[in-house]
Amino acid sequence: MPDYRRCATITIYLLPILLLVASLFVGRYQMPASLVIADIVNTIISFIIGTASPMSTQHTVLFSVRLPRILAALLVGSSLSVAGVSFQGVFRNPLVSPYILGVGAGAGFGACVGILLWDSQLAIQLLSFACGLIAMFGAISMGKVSKGTGTLVFVLSGIIVGSIFTALISLAKYVADPYDDLPEIVFWLMGSLSSIRYNDLLWIIVPMLLGTLVLFLLRWRINILSLGDEEARSLGVNVDQIRLIIIVCATLVTSAAVSISGVIGWVGLVVPHIARMIVGPNYNRLLPMSMMIGASFMLLVDDLARTVTATEIPLGIITSLLGAPLFAYLLKRGRMGWN
Amino acid sequence: MELILEVDSLAYSYGKGPVFEDVSFSMKSGEVMCVLGPNGVGKSTLIKCIAGIFKPAAGSVRIQGEDTQTMTSGSIAKKVGYVPQQNETVFPFDVIDFVVMGRTPHLSLFGSPEEEDIEIARKSLETVGVEHLSDRTLNSLSGGQRQMVLIARALAQEPALLLLDEPTAHLDFGNQVLVLETVQKLSASGMSIVMNTHMPDHAFLVGSNAVALTGGKLLACGPVPSVVNSQIMSSVYGIDVTVRDITDINRKVCVPCGSGKC
Repeated sequence: MPDYRRCATITIYLLPILLLVASLFVGRYQMPASLVIADIVNTIISFIIGTASPMSTQHTVLFSVRLPRILAALLVGSSLSVAGVSFQGVFRNPLVSPYILGVGAGAGFGACVGILLWDSQLAIQLLSFACGLIAMFGAISMGKVSKGTGTLVFVLSGIIVGSIFTALISLAKYVADPYDDLPEIVFWLMGSLSSIRYNDLLWIIVPMLLGTLVLFLLRWRINILSLGDEEARSLGVNVDQIRLIIIVCATLVTSAAVSISGVIGWVGLVVPHIARMIVGPNYNRLLPMSMMIGASFMLLVDDLARTVTATEIPLGIITSLLGAPLFAYLLKRGRMGWN
Repeated sequence: MELILEVDSLAYSYGKGPVFEDVSFSMKSGEVMCVLGPNGVGKSTLIKCIAGIFKPAAGSVRIQGEDTQTMTSGSIAKKVGYVPQQNETVFPFDVIDFVVMGRTPHLSLFGSPEEEDIEIARKSLETVGVEHLSDRTLNSLSGGQRQMVLIARALAQEPALLLLDEPTAHLDFGNQVLVLETVQKLSASGMSIVMNTHMPDHAFLVGSNAVALTGGKLLACGPVPSVVNSQIMSSVYGIDVTVRDITDINRKVCVPCGSGKC
């Protein structure tokens, strides 16, 4: 690896931590930097020596409002990117996003049902997560029973499942109370992390870390799968089995992310390309690099969302406004890292 | 010499009617077997059945006496290296990363290549004479270089048997001969090789034995001169073919002679 690449790699691995600290300083609630630093130091010291942390408005804003949201942004960004990069390898297509199997539409429909029937944060998250997984299993079983083989069948099944759930989302919007539920549905579908608390992270972190861990461990096998079914088989890989494990894990991670953040586009598509430009296509380096860039990118976007204007900007809008031109720029540079 | 490969009454079918059936032959360790036959007769399918990529409809394939039906794909890949006709890799891997992928059957499920695997990959590149390409990317290679890199990847599997599916297809005249010389070199170092080819003449250059397939059946099998002769080749390809001795370079050649001129 050339020196500049090594430098870039080290910087990007440190970036999420630097951004985490920096993000604590920004937000609508104004407070001087010195106070923030003092409170962070106090909290760390009291955590180490085991006394109760200081109680103040600043402390609440920093550690009960900003920190969970920052952690959520890091987790969601990393999850969408690791899922995107894994799907791209398995489907041998660099234009595949984490929502390829209709997971986005499925999760969106789950959230709609949650909003319409119960309107509780937990119900929305659980239903969204469950429906994302239902969409995946729908697409996979459709792919399994069909006559065709390989990845194309999964892609087509994903389109079918996705459009069914998109129609159901439209139905939910149509029957929703236009003054109360409908705006909430629309806002949810555009993506936001504004109401995240530690409780929301607690249960979502398990499927996220589990899926990410398996994908990380299987990253060398993703290289082999990207060669195509026959070559992978000739190299002794049980193609159908490994592919299924990777698809299930990537979907698990995506569903978990979507259930707390809403449907956020472009991250899982653009981030793997940026990572590929920096470290090349070998998944041993590409997969962790995508996670780091995705986490940093999402956190930056969320910082923008909560500071640029007086009201929150939905995340999906910012990721599209940033992601689409970025993708166009990468196309123009012609260094996409694939033929 | 031990038998490296035994193919016994092998048949394969894509669903409607057999591609080929009742194909039997065997080869000893260190031999080069050339598989000849017209387009669509199932040469590639035969190779893929031996490599364990396709499951035969009937019959058996034994590698060093072991039936591939009872072996896992991983244990087949430790004994059989497969070089595909065309590699359609979407992502432009570095050559060395790509060759290291040949080590996969020797890695655990969650494993990644270690330093020693990279060393074996480097040796494989050296064996086929393209170690200078190791830091290039796949998409920057010419057709001939790509073929050498594919062979190096198969060698990194440290197989007992190497399967080459039309290694000279799409290559220019010089590169065809370079690939054939590499095959000769590997064979001289003791590697057993099965090679598909569209050029019967290649059998004279590298082969010790040949099989001829036509119409879904095995037509002939044996030492090259007994298979590559004007009668068998003419019936395999449906044109007039002659085999001549070129005395001043001391070898036989197989050439088409145009209808009625043989």
